[in-house]
Amino acid sequence: MARWQASATGPALLAVCDLVVEFRGKQGNVIANDHLSLDILPGETLGIVGESGSGKSVLCRAILRLLPSPPAFVRATSVMFDGRDLMRLDDAEMRRVRGQDIAMIFQNPMSSLNPVWPIGDQVAEPLRLHKGMARGEARAATIALLRRVGIPSPEKRIDDYPYQWSGGMMQRAVIAMALAGAPRLMLADEPTTALDVTIQDQILALLLELQRESAMALVLVSHDMGVIAETCDRIVVMYAGRIVELASTPQIFEAPAHPYTLGLLRSIPRLDARKPRLSSIPGQPPDLAQLGIGCAFADRCSLATPECRAARVELRSVGPGHASACLYPDRVAALAMAET
Amino acid sequence: MASALPTARNGLFATIGAEIRSWSPTLKIGTAIMGIILFGAVFAPWVAPYDPYFQNFAATLQPPGPAHLFGTDNLGRDIFSRVLYGARIDLQIGLITTYVPMSYGMLLGAYSGYIGGRVDAVVMRILDTAMAFPFLVLIIVILAILGPGVQNIYISVFLVAWTMYARLARAEMMVERTKDYITAARVLGFPTNRIILRHGLPNVINSSIVFSMSDFVLNILLVSGLSFLGLGIQPPIPEWGAMISEGKDFILQAWWISTMPGFVVVLTGTALSLIGDGLAQRLGERHHTLV
Amino acid sequence: MTSLRYVLERLLHALPVLLGVTIFVFFAIQLVPGDPIRIMMHGRISDQEVQAIYERLGMNRPLLIQYVDFLRKAATGDLGTSIIQNAPVTTLILEKFWPSIWLLASGAVISVLLALPLASISAFYRNRWADHLIRVAGMVGFAMPPFWIGLLLILGFGLWLGWFPIAGYGQDTAGHLHHMFLPGLTIALFLAPILVQSLRTSMLDVLAADYIEVARAKGLSEWRILLKHVLRNAAIPAITVLAVNIGWLVSGAVIVEYVFSLPGMGSLLVRSVGFRDYPVIQGLSLVFAVIVIVVNLLADLSYMLVDRRVLKA
Repeated sequence: MARWQASATGPALLAVCDLVVEFRGKQGNVIANDHLSLDILPGETLGIVGESGSGKSVLCRAILRLLPSPPAFVRATSVMFDGRDLMRLDDAEMRRVRGQDIAMIFQNPMSSLNPVWPIGDQVAEPLRLHKGMARGEARAATIALLRRVGIPSPEKRIDDYPYQWSGGMMQRAVIAMALAGAPRLMLADEPTTALDVTIQDQILALLLELQRESAMALVLVSHDMGVIAETCDRIVVMYAGRIVELASTPQIFEAPAHPYTLGLLRSIPRLDARKPRLSSIPGQPPDLAQLGIGCAFADRCSLATPECRAARVELRSVGPGHASACLYPDRVAALAMAET
Repeated sequence: MASALPTARNGLFATIGAEIRSWSPTLKIGTAIMGIILFGAVFAPWVAPYDPYFQNFAATLQPPGPAHLFGTDNLGRDIFSRVLYGARIDLQIGLITTYVPMSYGMLLGAYSGYIGGRVDAVVMRILDTAMAFPFLVLIIVILAILGPGVQNIYISVFLVAWTMYARLARAEMMVERTKDYITAARVLGFPTNRIILRHGLPNVINSSIVFSMSDFVLNILLVSGLSFLGLGIQPPIPEWGAMISEGKDFILQAWWISTMPGFVVVLTGTALSLIGDGLAQRLGERHHTLV
Repeated sequence: MTSLRYVLERLLHALPVLLGVTIFVFFAIQLVPGDPIRIMMHGRISDQEVQAIYERLGMNRPLLIQYVDFLRKAATGDLGTSIIQNAPVTTLILEKFWPSIWLLASGAVISVLLALPLASISAFYRNRWADHLIRVAGMVGFAMPPFWIGLLLILGFGLWLGWFPIAGYGQDTAGHLHHMFLPGLTIALFLAPILVQSLRTSMLDVLAADYIEVARAKGLSEWRILLKHVLRNAAIPAITVLAVNIGWLVSGAVIVEYVFSLPGMGSLLVRSVGFRDYPVIQGLSLVFAVIVIVVNLLADLSYMLVDRRVLKA
């Protein structure tokens, strides 16, 4: 299987090679991640974009081995992090990776915090557990963390319970909790979707600022191409459990090489456009249990030919650091050119 | 159903067959056990090998064996036959004490939950007060006033047991009330009675049906418990609890006198619980707790 | 809302229930068909004597005045006089109070000790064989008549093995514990299945919550997650379930006391019904109801310690 690297600058922080996640149920089996390979570089911001059900969240959980089995069955050639294959770590080693090396924040801050414990207590949990801090030391560190994520007078709020905080503040607390182990990679699964629009930008800005400060890599998962385009260095586009395009942000905008990417770009509202071009992609996302062998997007694609449905369409290089799983990347590029 | 079916009878059997095949294992097993027990109860005069009252002093305290499947008691009566006749009594009382209070308890709860306001406040006070008494204590107090016996067991249970269904139906109705289909019926100007009976109740009834299976078990335990305390069915009538009570003085010499009727109570109760569990899955209800 | 205000609010909520209970307890006895004094004395009494008892007990006054008098006396701990046993009802009940409380406590403790691990296993291994086994065992346990299982336990552990006493209450704390094990277990076999069923449901809810996945993502071990994030959250429904089912606990205790010949309030109730000793029945039903109300109140107060959210509304 081919590997796609953005540039030749040093080794990847995390290298996923040929990851497959299958959910087995009574109603049949679903391949939620279909032979995914990708690299995450130290300190970069990688966006993963796609509709709900495209497998973005499953990918994050599979990397951290958070998927319960059954029903989920995960296999991969390797998931290398810092010279170690995460798939082959034992449970105790994997728990240390989760608390310290790779952190994850989730979509809904309101339910990410346990309602019956004080917030500070939950933020301090990784400090006490992985860093072995004493109670007082952990408390001071927790106050510092809460201050860092922008909680005003944290020394007064540290003993509050989640019900006393707003959604935006809770997401800040969740971010502080993720930062506690000083991770080198943070997976953010739709971190702003559940929040008010005005709060969304603040949280995104906070994430990017923290990333710059600590030089950690950030994976931002979103269904919103606009959010991803604003914030990320590189973009992975997912559709029906597969990666359909992978490129740097400028490349995606200048020369999209997959019709689904083009559809996502069209859905970004733009103030500078001469005419309103806001549009949605026709049709519905496919049922993952009923996929054919060919390109899953063919049914919604204006460029589709019989060849698209005949055989699996592999991800292929279309330029330096740019890969697409479309048989006709040139036609997509031409279509994109004609529109601008 | 295909129109090519040769006769209506075939169609009916096919429908029943398909229905049974769609049942969960718990529902199948529970129904099968309950079917056997019901068969034994209904056809007791033909199935029972002995007269349940016949005292054979030549064969007292016989252990279970080929002649007496469950053994005999201190008066030489055949326990298996008595258990079969006992099923008639216990199932009948269980059925009546479960479903009569369910019918009006559910109605009252549905009305109270739908109407709300002062009516609901009064009903709630009554429910709270009734719930403050342990069920058995309340039944015993009422029996103390009325005197023991089957008639008075019915009266006391009718006075008390409806509260559980009323509470259940009231809670469900208060949720249903806010849903769009009820609002739509209100907007169309349907009379309140029609909305509650035709639209609300069918959606409320499932939880009561599921709960009624546990309640059935509790009522069998109640009746046998009251008989055990001497407040229910009086000897020599073959009631399960009374039989267990009669055997307790012989527990060392003849363990089977008390044990065998008890096993049948457990079997009946387990079968009913299995049916309840199957119904809960089928009706899409969360399994209701026994309150 | 402050803690104090929450406590007062709960107390205030219990008052109308308490009032309803006294109304029922007082007026139910008035419904006894015929003359309760004559029934109690089984006819062995002359008209003058009946009249004298009425005078002495103030039973010839208007009902409402009698009720207020009943309330006033009950508030000071005077529950009337048993004519049959010729003793104050309060004294009779107090003699039997602690054995019953011991039984209720041991029944509740054994039930929870059985239910908590079983419900945890059932929820963690949802729809696997361990879960199915526990659920079917629960149905069987729930269907077992307490008086029957009590007899079998007496036979097995008391008479055959001789491990536990089969009757009585014991002299000191150790003796009480020893005597209360079999009766408590009898109650638990009936009560624990009820608790397991609802605990399993609430634990499944907790296990499906996002904060459990967050805890895993933080690198917490499954044990730590169970102890810190599941049990405390499931404790709230557990307390509720136990409080709601206190009525069944007491009901079971009444029968179990009779089976194990425990000198408790349940035995007294059954015996008093036999004698038609109405003042004692009246007093006992009031005490039982107050126990239920107090337990529910304690449950409400314990929420405050487990989950601060109750102070929100």
